[in-house]
Amino acid sequence: MKRTAGYLVLLAAAVASAVVLAWARYRSRVLFVELQQLERARDVLETEWGRLQLEQAALAAPGRVERVARERLHMHVPGPDETVIVKP
Amino acid sequence: MSRNRERRPTDAPGRWRAALLQGLFLLAFLVLLARAVDLQVLRHDFLVRQASARHLRTVEIPAHRGTIRDRHGETLALSTPMATVWANPKVLLQAPEYWPALARILGERERKLARRIRAYADREFVYLRRQVPPDVAQRVHALRAPGVGLAREYHRYYPAGEVAAHVVGFTDVDDVGREGMELAYDRWLRGTPGKKRVVRDGRHRIVDELELIRAPRPGRDLVLSIDLRIQYLAYRALKAAVRRHRARAGSAVVLDVRTGEVLAMVNQPSWNPNDRRHLRRAALRNRAVTDVFEPGSTMKPFAIAAALLSGRYRPDSRIDTRPGWLRVGRYTIHDVHDYGVLDLTGILRKSSNVGVSKIALSLPRESLWGVLQKVGFGQAPGLGFPGEAAGFLSPPAHWHRVEQATLAFGYGLSVSALQLARAYAVLAHDGRLLPVSLVRRAYPPEGTQVLPAAVARQVRHMLEAVVSPEGTAPRARIAGYRVAGKTGTVRKAVAGGYAEDRYLALFVGMAPASRPRLVCVVAIDEPGGETYYGGTVAAPVFQRILSGALRLLNVPPDAPRGTDAPLQAAMAGGPA
Repeated sequence: MKRTAGYLVLLAAAVASAVVLAWARYRSRVLFVELQQLERARDVLETEWGRLQLEQAALAAPGRVERVARERLHMHVPGPDETVIVKP
Repeated sequence: MSRNRERRPTDAPGRWRAALLQGLFLLAFLVLLARAVDLQVLRHDFLVRQASARHLRTVEIPAHRGTIRDRHGETLALSTPMATVWANPKVLLQAPEYWPALARILGERERKLARRIRAYADREFVYLRRQVPPDVAQRVHALRAPGVGLAREYHRYYPAGEVAAHVVGFTDVDDVGREGMELAYDRWLRGTPGKKRVVRDGRHRIVDELELIRAPRPGRDLVLSIDLRIQYLAYRALKAAVRRHRARAGSAVVLDVRTGEVLAMVNQPSWNPNDRRHLRRAALRNRAVTDVFEPGSTMKPFAIAAALLSGRYRPDSRIDTRPGWLRVGRYTIHDVHDYGVLDLTGILRKSSNVGVSKIALSLPRESLWGVLQKVGFGQAPGLGFPGEAAGFLSPPAHWHRVEQATLAFGYGLSVSALQLARAYAVLAHDGRLLPVSLVRRAYPPEGTQVLPAAVARQVRHMLEAVVSPEGTAPRARIAGYRVAGKTGTVRKAVAGGYAEDRYLALFVGMAPASRPRLVCVVAIDEPGGETYYGGTVAAPVFQRILSGALRLLNVPPDAPRGTDAPLQAAMAGGPA
């Protein structure tokens, strides 16, 4: 009687383990798909971030800033007579 | 019931047939069992290994290479992910119907592609096209050709282009530093690729990731000492001068006197690191660091420093340079004109070879050598830059009398532009030698006092005369600032002597002279125009670079009215 009960417990444990294994496998697949999606998203964002940094570098290039300042904003470097030195 | 009725009249051959059939079934079962035991038990390990070898793969996860930035965070080198198209020729060979479409997407001739696939028919991996733009990658992915895959790689961009090319350097297609700081700091910048074990299906697509063996570790960022604004300014001024004077090459270096940091380092000819197809070897060198030359008259301030250091000369000591030449053994040293009797300031202002030779010959050999050696000539500056030149300075035991004289005006030793800048920074920093750096420093280094502060200040003050209207470089003057500097017009050494018509135009200077912040060296190699003097070719470049740099760094003017006279009083009193 006792022995049968023991077997039943073990059987139940084996069944439970099998179910959990199947469930874990399933979870793993789901998470793997999600991981791949996230990695793809990260790659897209990384590419975008790199592109934006390059764009910023191109827009802020000293040569361009100088050209815009001179031609579009009509700025010039103040000469000595236009400079007032403030005592610190 | 009818079946029973049929089976009843069983006879001998029927039984025999049933037995045979049973036996055959049993045999078949036993064969299957044997085979199952063979596969599942006896050859189990071997087969699992074989299956894994076909489906389990360890793949690399590429790591991001560190970004290189200038001292204010402007991007100088940046890696962004790119797709690379690869193929398994063994598989792709079986599907020639995909070749035309694939060739079209990659922008390649179909015949060429076919030839490549056949050439590598026995391999399992070949790159079809490395680093393709995202839209091409998308189309390759959509084609779903068997045996064709996409991998992630990084492409390195250099937003500053040719302006910072020599300093930053570049990496090859495998993301390994090949030149410049990319090479010098390769181990710092480089990431460690990760590894993961994956299961792949028959089409080599990853269907499962089993385990992460090692996470990828991205490279570290590198912050250079370069100030991109000054770098750009220097590059533009140097390029214009090299073009205008039809020179062969040129270099300029700007040093921060108080920290020893290199704020700008530019060379001509340069190259575009983003497109290296037309790259010439000669353009690749960072001449300011790797190339040495005889420094000529730019050595005279150090001879004067040696004279002051000996205690036998004072700034107003008078030297007779008549008749404009001097015989030393079999050699004759010439001045451009007969300058008569000059004081030490006058020798620098007129750049008298005779005067400085007379001084050098009157001193013990070791005293000039000591100064030259202490300000760093003959020793590599220690940037850690690839190909860094140490220059050449022979020990005094080997000197002849004539060498003692020629060294005082800069022949018989060789220096790089960076060494020259560092040596002048000693004069600028009241006799203190700082180690130079291309990497931004958190705090200024202590340095070593190699000349007495008083001597450095005296020489500096004398060098202000060089940019006076009577000096050799009035064109180095900067409105609002006091400038100290020295010109050099060096005959280039060729096989068997010195060339008649090949010169190196030099100017080294510092500003503001009352309390220098910046030292700048300009070297222009073989100017081919109507003029070739340091004062007419190199000094204007110095003026352009430093006038801009002083403004960018908000350095208060020490001669606010643009006058020649030192107006320290005006500094204290504001705009009088």
